[in-house]
Amino acid sequence: MFIINQEIVDLTSEKLRNRFGEDILADEMQMDMPVYTVKKEIIGELLRFLYDDETLKYCFLTTLCGIHYPESNQPFGVIYHLHSLENNQRIRIKTFTTLEDIAIPSATAVFAAANWMEREAYDFYGILFTGHPNLKRILNVEDMDYFPMRKEYPLEDGTREDKHDEFFGR
Amino acid sequence: MDSDNKITYVDAPDGYSGSGFFATSIDKAIGLARMNSLWPLPFATSCCGIEFMATMAPHYDLARFGMERLSFSPRQSDLLMVMGTISKKMGPILQEVYVQMAEPRWVIAVGACAASGGLFDTYSVLQGIDRVIPVDVYVPGCPPRPEQIINGIIKIQELVHNESGRRRNSPEYKELLATYGIE
Repeated sequence: MFIINQEIVDLTSEKLRNRFGEDILADEMQMDMPVYTVKKEIIGELLRFLYDDETLKYCFLTTLCGIHYPESNQPFGVIYHLHSLENNQRIRIKTFTTLEDIAIPSATAVFAAANWMEREAYDFYGILFTGHPNLKRILNVEDMDYFPMRKEYPLEDGTREDKHDEFFGR
Repeated sequence: MDSDNKITYVDAPDGYSGSGFFATSIDKAIGLARMNSLWPLPFATSCCGIEFMATMAPHYDLARFGMERLSFSPRQSDLLMVMGTISKKMGPILQEVYVQMAEPRWVIAVGACAASGGLFDTYSVLQGIDRVIPVDVYVPGCPPRPEQIINGIIKIQELVHNESGRRRNSPEYKELLATYGIE
């Protein structure tokens, strides 16, 4: 659990509302840090705003990852964890999109560290980050022709011959 | 004093001996020499590699089997010891290491992952190294104990000892390598 600096959290919400208004779709407190769900079009601008703000100073990208909720009407998402080192306050930013419109603006212009993390999200979920300088696979074999972490593939490797169903109770 | 300095010699192969000469087949002499001077190349990627370290350390002491020197150059090694999970991305690299080894070469797959992919039944893990290179001996276990690795080594030594000098030139062997796409 992280320490919550309520003053900074309130200020963050207020500044985001004033700056982006309706583009902030949801704003809630989850356990240990505030979560903002935003429209994907503004993500680069929002990260830049939080980075440059003189009091908030969310200048550290802790992590960035892709996600797939197959039941949702916007199944693909990207989640950013930001840390304001000066205020010791962390926040989450979430943004979601559909398979047909899977391009999400890249955060590499604000955080150089986003480069490899976005490549990872592309590698496993096929999320296309527009404006990324080098969007190619980072961990899987280069000639892989699918995105393995999407929830549409069987968990087990299909090439394995020694697993007989009778031994696994099915 | 005597008992502390006891030295065990390898038995001589079958042959004819008389005063001043000993005759045997060259296969047997070479097999004897090779089996007791294997140079292993450790390809350790995970926990089985730790067991291998225990196997090499003084308590189990693989050096007793003529494996005093580990070779970290594929060119100079005889035995490729694959210990650990091999991901699909690493498969071609493992095959390249195998190709770089000079004949004759042997391969031992240590542990469930090297032998079959083990519990990593997933998209990113090679389901056994025998999908990219031919394997001589499989050592089961997750991870196997050092005694099991030593047992695998003894099995390899038996293969090396009894291998015909012509085996590596045989069409069957070339065919086997061709199935893996190795020249």
